[in-house]
Amino acid sequence: MKDVNGVALGVFLFFFVAVTVMGFLAARWRAAENANNLDEWGLGGRSFGTWITWFLLGGDLYTAYTFVAVPAAIYAAGASGFFAVPYTILVYPLIFTFLPRLWSVSHKHGYVTTSDFVRGRFGSKGLSLAVAVTGILATMPYIALQLVGIQAVLDVMGVGGGENTNWFIKDLPLLIAFGVLAAYTYSSGLRAPALIAFVKDTLIYIVIVVAIIYIPIKLGGFDDIFAKAGAALSQENPTTGQPRGALASGEKQQWAYATLALGSALALFMYPHSITATLSSRSREVIRRNTTILPLYSLMLGLLALLGFMAIAAGVKVDNGQLAIPQLFEDMFPDWFTGVAFAAIGIGALVPAAIMSIAAANLFTRNIYKDFIKPDATPEQETKVSKLVSLMVKVGALVFVLGMDKTVAINFQLLGGIWILQTFPALVGGLFTRWFHRWALLAGWAVGMVYGTLAAYGVPSPVNPDQKHFGGSSKEIPGIGEIGYIGLTAFVLNVVVTVVLTLVLRAVKAPDGVDETSPSDYTADAGDPGVEAELPPATAGAPGAH
Amino acid sequence: MSDTSDPTGSAGASGRRPVVTPTRVVVAFCLIVPFAAMLWVGSYAKVEPAFIGIPFFYWYQMLWVPVSAVLTSVAYVLVRRERRARKEGGSA
Repeated sequence: MKDVNGVALGVFLFFFVAVTVMGFLAARWRAAENANNLDEWGLGGRSFGTWITWFLLGGDLYTAYTFVAVPAAIYAAGASGFFAVPYTILVYPLIFTFLPRLWSVSHKHGYVTTSDFVRGRFGSKGLSLAVAVTGILATMPYIALQLVGIQAVLDVMGVGGGENTNWFIKDLPLLIAFGVLAAYTYSSGLRAPALIAFVKDTLIYIVIVVAIIYIPIKLGGFDDIFAKAGAALSQENPTTGQPRGALASGEKQQWAYATLALGSALALFMYPHSITATLSSRSREVIRRNTTILPLYSLMLGLLALLGFMAIAAGVKVDNGQLAIPQLFEDMFPDWFTGVAFAAIGIGALVPAAIMSIAAANLFTRNIYKDFIKPDATPEQETKVSKLVSLMVKVGALVFVLGMDKTVAINFQLLGGIWILQTFPALVGGLFTRWFHRWALLAGWAVGMVYGTLAAYGVPSPVNPDQKHFGGSSKEIPGIGEIGYIGLTAFVLNVVVTVVLTLVLRAVKAPDGVDETSPSDYTADAGDPGVEAELPPATAGAPGAH
Repeated sequence: MSDTSDPTGSAGASGRRPVVTPTRVVVAFCLIVPFAAMLWVGSYAKVEPAFIGIPFFYWYQMLWVPVSAVLTSVAYVLVRRERRARKEGGSA
């Protein structure tokens, strides 16, 4: 049991209270006259400009868990953990191609979720349900991991309690943090995380810049850090007889490294919370502009990853790798700045947790409740259901974290990444072409889900001999023989099945669903409140009209 | 990238809008380059040369963050310019 770090705790609490007040006040920020619809509560009035969107997306994608887990992966295994950097490099050129189209068609038709679009495009409630369920399943463990992030900070500060304390006392700080989060998300909707994201990201940037200058000076420069880290990584693990890791990705790991980077990049904007933040922006231009400025976060992530080596070099010893970075901060920084750093991680968990719960709630409301339970729901009812579901989702995540071992949440998060990638053909395919048949997409999705789940189930943990399943996300690629990311293999299978079945279904003339979108919808931009297509109707999509 | 842009471009200029324009070829190039660079792990999986003590593997990939951002910005400017040109052409 550790002593409570009073100064750090005080600074942490100060920021936490400040952010809480902001969360509740956010309801009045840029408020609309009628707040009782999902566009307002769930998408912040679809009004955010370039900078707010930048903070919101940054706060949303680069979560507390990322900040804890990426350096933790480096701390554990060296180079292989660095795949997060190429992953976030590839995301932006990728979304540059399809996200503006999604924004346009969603604005034109009032879509709140990706499933809304899939239903509208393919006229298939079944396919839309598959996308919605996948989204909710993939988001839940992600929210749970945000809690793991907060827990890591609380533990290191000494307020998490030891193993021998009563479970209620032990988890009380986490319960309070979550209660507060749930309350202001309920009342302010997406505006709360948007406003809090400013504080979160400012703190994070300050902490990273200080850490990347101050800690190397204390440790004798990068030369020393990497020399020590290299030596530590090359030591053999007594259980496996393999070295712990390496400073540069070895021959055998290169496929895994590349496929993980690519697969994760493809998956990121399939997550409901990424899309929620995207659709809340004011115009198509805002999205494109953001693909050019969001990489600043990737740079930060790269620097942060290097902290993993610093933790090795500083001789940080923790049983749970997730604690490596919080522990490094506490060992290196003066107490007050440790408090700032911990506040950054703690608030860094609140922002994505809020957006994720809103996104999952929107999916449930729009694509399960409205499509299957109460088709004539009014906008007021939709908002009410969404608010309640956002609470339930958070409670579910809390139960997950408190009731089960942390590795369960991590395993499910890993599965969630594999799963969410399987919605790519329906969503991105649908944005560019209607050639894919709805039933083929559904079959491809199912094959990808089943293969991905089974393959991940069969991966034993590389370090823990007791863990026989879900021990990692890479496995031998059938037919190629290299080790690669399971999600990407499942995705390729998914696409093959979709294409083959589409050919078959087209040959037998299986009925297509009704497409409520038109080609010009995909390039429409905001120029007026109703977002009519910016081109005059006569020229939009009509050849030779000028 | 194929070089079909030119015939399509000149044929489409009179009436129909070409799908493949020289601008779009450049845009596609800007967007594809980071994929080629990052997925070819063998090209950068080495420790030397180090930069201020940071092994090549790390500083090289981090260097690609701004490089890729610049390429995406170029794509953004080109797409916006083409869009505006078309808009004016469309309303004329």
